[in-house]
Amino acid sequence: MIITFLMSAIAIGTVLLFGCVGETITEKAGHLNLGIPGIMCTGTVGGCLFVSLYLKGLQSPDSASWLVLVLISMLGAFLFAMLTGLIYAVMTITFRCNQNITGLAITIFGNGLTQFLMHSYVDRSGFSTAGKIIAQCLPFAEGKDGIVKVLFGHGIYVYLAIAIALITTFIFNRTRVGLNLRAIGESAATADAMGVNVTVYKYVAILIGSGIAGFGGVFYIMDYVKGSWETAFTIEAFGWLAIALVIFTLWKPTVSIFGSYIFGALYIAAFVFGNITSSEREILKMLPYIITIIVLIITSITNKKENQPPASLGLSYFREDR
Amino acid sequence: MKKSTNNLKEPFVRIVKRDNISISKIVIIYAVAIVFGLLLCGVICTLFSDKGIGEFFESLFNGAIGSERKIWLLLQDTSLLLGTSIALLPAFKMKFWNLGGNGQILVGCLSAIACMFYLGGKVADSVLIPIMLVASVLSGAVWAVIPAIFRAKFNTNESLFTLMMNYIAQGLVSFCITIWVKTGSGVLPPIAYGNVPEIGNKYLLPIILFTLITVLMYIYLKYSKHGYEISVVGESINTAKYVGIKVNKVIIRTMVLSGAIAGLVGFVLAGSINHTVSTASANNMGFTGIMATWLAAFNPIIIALTSFFISFISKGMMDVRKTFMFTNDAISNIVVGVIYFIVIVCSFFISYKLVFRKKEKEDNQK
Repeated sequence: MIITFLMSAIAIGTVLLFGCVGETITEKAGHLNLGIPGIMCTGTVGGCLFVSLYLKGLQSPDSASWLVLVLISMLGAFLFAMLTGLIYAVMTITFRCNQNITGLAITIFGNGLTQFLMHSYVDRSGFSTAGKIIAQCLPFAEGKDGIVKVLFGHGIYVYLAIAIALITTFIFNRTRVGLNLRAIGESAATADAMGVNVTVYKYVAILIGSGIAGFGGVFYIMDYVKGSWETAFTIEAFGWLAIALVIFTLWKPTVSIFGSYIFGALYIAAFVFGNITSSEREILKMLPYIITIIVLIITSITNKKENQPPASLGLSYFREDR
Repeated sequence: MKKSTNNLKEPFVRIVKRDNISISKIVIIYAVAIVFGLLLCGVICTLFSDKGIGEFFESLFNGAIGSERKIWLLLQDTSLLLGTSIALLPAFKMKFWNLGGNGQILVGCLSAIACMFYLGGKVADSVLIPIMLVASVLSGAVWAVIPAIFRAKFNTNESLFTLMMNYIAQGLVSFCITIWVKTGSGVLPPIAYGNVPEIGNKYLLPIILFTLITVLMYIYLKYSKHGYEISVVGESINTAKYVGIKVNKVIIRTMVLSGAIAGLVGFVLAGSINHTVSTASANNMGFTGIMATWLAAFNPIIIALTSFFISFISKGMMDVRKTFMFTNDAISNIVVGVIYFIVIVCSFFISYKLVFRKKEKEDNQK
């Protein structure tokens, strides 16, 4: 049972990790994107739509190739999530709208769009087979048990999430692009004076961040629940948890790898233990949210200088402002 | 910062901040936006079906104000949303991002139902209803004041804190339902005790109650010392400190008020309308209320209009859904989302204007 528990914890953690890294990139550019839950939803529908279109062209879903399935689900998720992110970007960067309000509207819209398209336009008949193909583990971990299975028995998306988190950290800390991005998040006016093209950086950061967050939703549907749509409403909750996780992990993507697995474990704990009553289960389900609150409080009390959010987070930048 | 006209080419379009804008212009901008938004939504709906845009508007209006009963329901929904928005208003006015309206309504609702469940039949309704009222208002206030205390003392991020409180409130509701409902169906049947008596008809109570609260809130914010302090804290915390306002006290006091009104909305939902509770009881009004408050630029009277408009769209969309044969209710979220986008972008055109190159040259020649 402990193996199943750890496997599920890592899987749920991966959903959160995609969302968390995406949001971190956006926040480094000084934009608090409360639309991430909605963006994760549209990413889901994008990936599912592309997969269903691909399956339609085949004789039977069994003949689907692993590589094509993975690539096409990623492409769909990235594209749809990025387009939703584009709405947010245009509204908050070009039109300088309030970021919180825009984000909430994006979440309402994204959730609606996803439910609508998923029910009416996505054919989910071959999804359980496609899900099994996508969730295929690395070749050498086939049939293994124990620690090898926990570490290497996941679908490719899990490792993709870790890779993205590591690459993001490298870009933030070791490259000029990362330095410029962080400068924009701290003070856009200063970065502008340095000669950095603030608008382009902000757009690219938000679009890429949104695209990455979109992977989280498609991973949850295609890999973890193997194509079923009954628990899809939890994707929105995952989005909010991912935003909280950004604060928990202090805007550091490497920390968020472990942070998201801890959150995943807390989240899944309520479902794994079979020998508890349903009311005890409801209490356990509240756990991740309570822990998030405790972490929020602790980080705000310790108040260390290097653990602070980007200084101009949530503020629109207008060059002619004094 | 004007670019030099000698060597550099003027940009085709540039953005300039407006100094001031007349009310009539604001009204025109919003009116154009709403008409445009509705047309766009009509087009979106017709794209997904074989019906025409005329039918879209016909069923939109029919769904919202098609019969006397529908009008009453619309007014009842408007009043509930108005109550929620008025609850959120003082918090937003002092720039406290209270995203926890859903949770505060839900605990208010849950407390009232708990009183009905445990005391119903044991004490008379005339005693029970005041107890329910106190329990709802208190629990709503407690739910709001917890994040406020941490925000005031440690500057803890209040938007995420209140958001997490929503999920904990939902968890509490699910927890209580598993205890109360022995069948395991997860649905609590309506409770016959502690139902608030009707005045006139069954829709009138929330309408009168929340209209009254709106007027009181208007007076509180505009003419009381507390209202003044709230707006100073919202404008600048430093200024507030310099003039001797105790910022922490204002934050906590305002959030108690905010949560108490949200709890009252929960009481009305439990005692007067639903007589039961579920995790979806708050009907997402915590978020919709934020939109209504913000779109109204924090003016209680205009909030009544925006609440009416949002309720109108969501009620109307229920009929559009039937006419256009959409199988799920998500389409109304899409439509509401699109209208939000367009109206939010309006705020840009109110504080900035676009200057095109050609016009600029004419100005120079003058």
